[in-house]
Amino acid sequence: MSDQTLFSIFFSAMVVNNFTLAMFLGLCPFMGVSARVETALRMGLANIFVLVLTSLSAWFLNTFILESFPFLRIISFIIVVASLVQIVEMVVKKLSPTLFRQLGIYLPLMTTNCAIFGLAIFQTNRGYGFLQGIVFAIGAGLGLTLALVLMASIRESIEFSDVPGLAKGTGLVLIIAGTLSLAFMGFAGML
Amino acid sequence: MRKTTPSQDFIRGIWNENPVLIQMLGLCPALAVTNSVKNALAMSAATFFVICCSSVLVSSCKRFIPNEVRISAYILVIATFVTLADMILQAYAPIQHKELGAFIALIVVNCMILGRQEAFSAKNNVFRSLLDAVGTGIGFTIALVMMGGFREILGTGSFLEYSLFGPNFEPWVVMVLPAGGFLTLGFILLAMGYFEQRKKAEKTS
Repeated sequence: MSDQTLFSIFFSAMVVNNFTLAMFLGLCPFMGVSARVETALRMGLANIFVLVLTSLSAWFLNTFILESFPFLRIISFIIVVASLVQIVEMVVKKLSPTLFRQLGIYLPLMTTNCAIFGLAIFQTNRGYGFLQGIVFAIGAGLGLTLALVLMASIRESIEFSDVPGLAKGTGLVLIIAGTLSLAFMGFAGML
Repeated sequence: MRKTTPSQDFIRGIWNENPVLIQMLGLCPALAVTNSVKNALAMSAATFFVICCSSVLVSSCKRFIPNEVRISAYILVIATFVTLADMILQAYAPIQHKELGAFIALIVVNCMILGRQEAFSAKNNVFRSLLDAVGTGIGFTIALVMMGGFREILGTGSFLEYSLFGPNFEPWVVMVLPAGGFLTLGFILLAMGYFEQRKKAEKTS
């Protein structure tokens, strides 16, 4: 059991060790759905939801089942994540078909979203308890949302500026991400 | 699908459809563990093992996998081999295993591997799937080592821990930090775009 306080876990996951900008997790949606602020925000919220559910299930698996079979960890986590994403996909499709269309391929791709699987692995490696896990998940989710929304707003305003044709596309997005990541490094001394 | 020769299957993954630099798959490990060449090599070796084994298994079992659950089946196959790779690394290279940490487990969610199973191994025979997997694995290795090389040389002034520039070199610390990963890949893509553009201009003129 880790003895970090809840606040430091939350703050570290959200800002200091931001999942996207400091640990490179969840880069596919970061590149893919960060063209519009609104979509980015919704993607972030869907992510928070899945992350919290994953954290709960990972904690449950770790405490009650995987105690005696640690070698099954990777396999059982990926199954849990895959089925969770499937459920979320069905719920979103039912409740908000518009959102479902906007997120497109990136919703089922959440299965192979490193952020979600990574959360389960990191939580296990650091020995977080029930409450710590949930706080970690919320922090990480908010961090992802923050990164997505920041990126989307930068990209929206860049559309109106005169970018050389060579730099348009992924190269530019990556360099902006690098700059954002530099900015986030400023928080490193806080914890 | 257009018929390709076995050698094309092999070459395609290495350069024309390089998984990281062209298709932008598997970015997460490509950025996270390339702060030194050694880590990049260890990561590529593990990924290489996983992609080859899963391609062979998937293509030889493709008749028994029902179409509806194929993605889950592929993921399970991949997860099994990742567990194996994790254990082998832990047993034979504990230091590297510790350095890479959770990123070994994260090979499971590398889109590149799942992508190759879905796009190639599920439709082709064992031999050609193996060739395709080896090619993709080599392409992944090239991209990772290239990034690791840039970042280690600029960030610490050494290559594979041999000092290159002597003691007076002021290391660009930012290159080994997370930001350096984004910047390196960004500039590599810009350079590739530049050469592409020049090639096109030469053709038209």
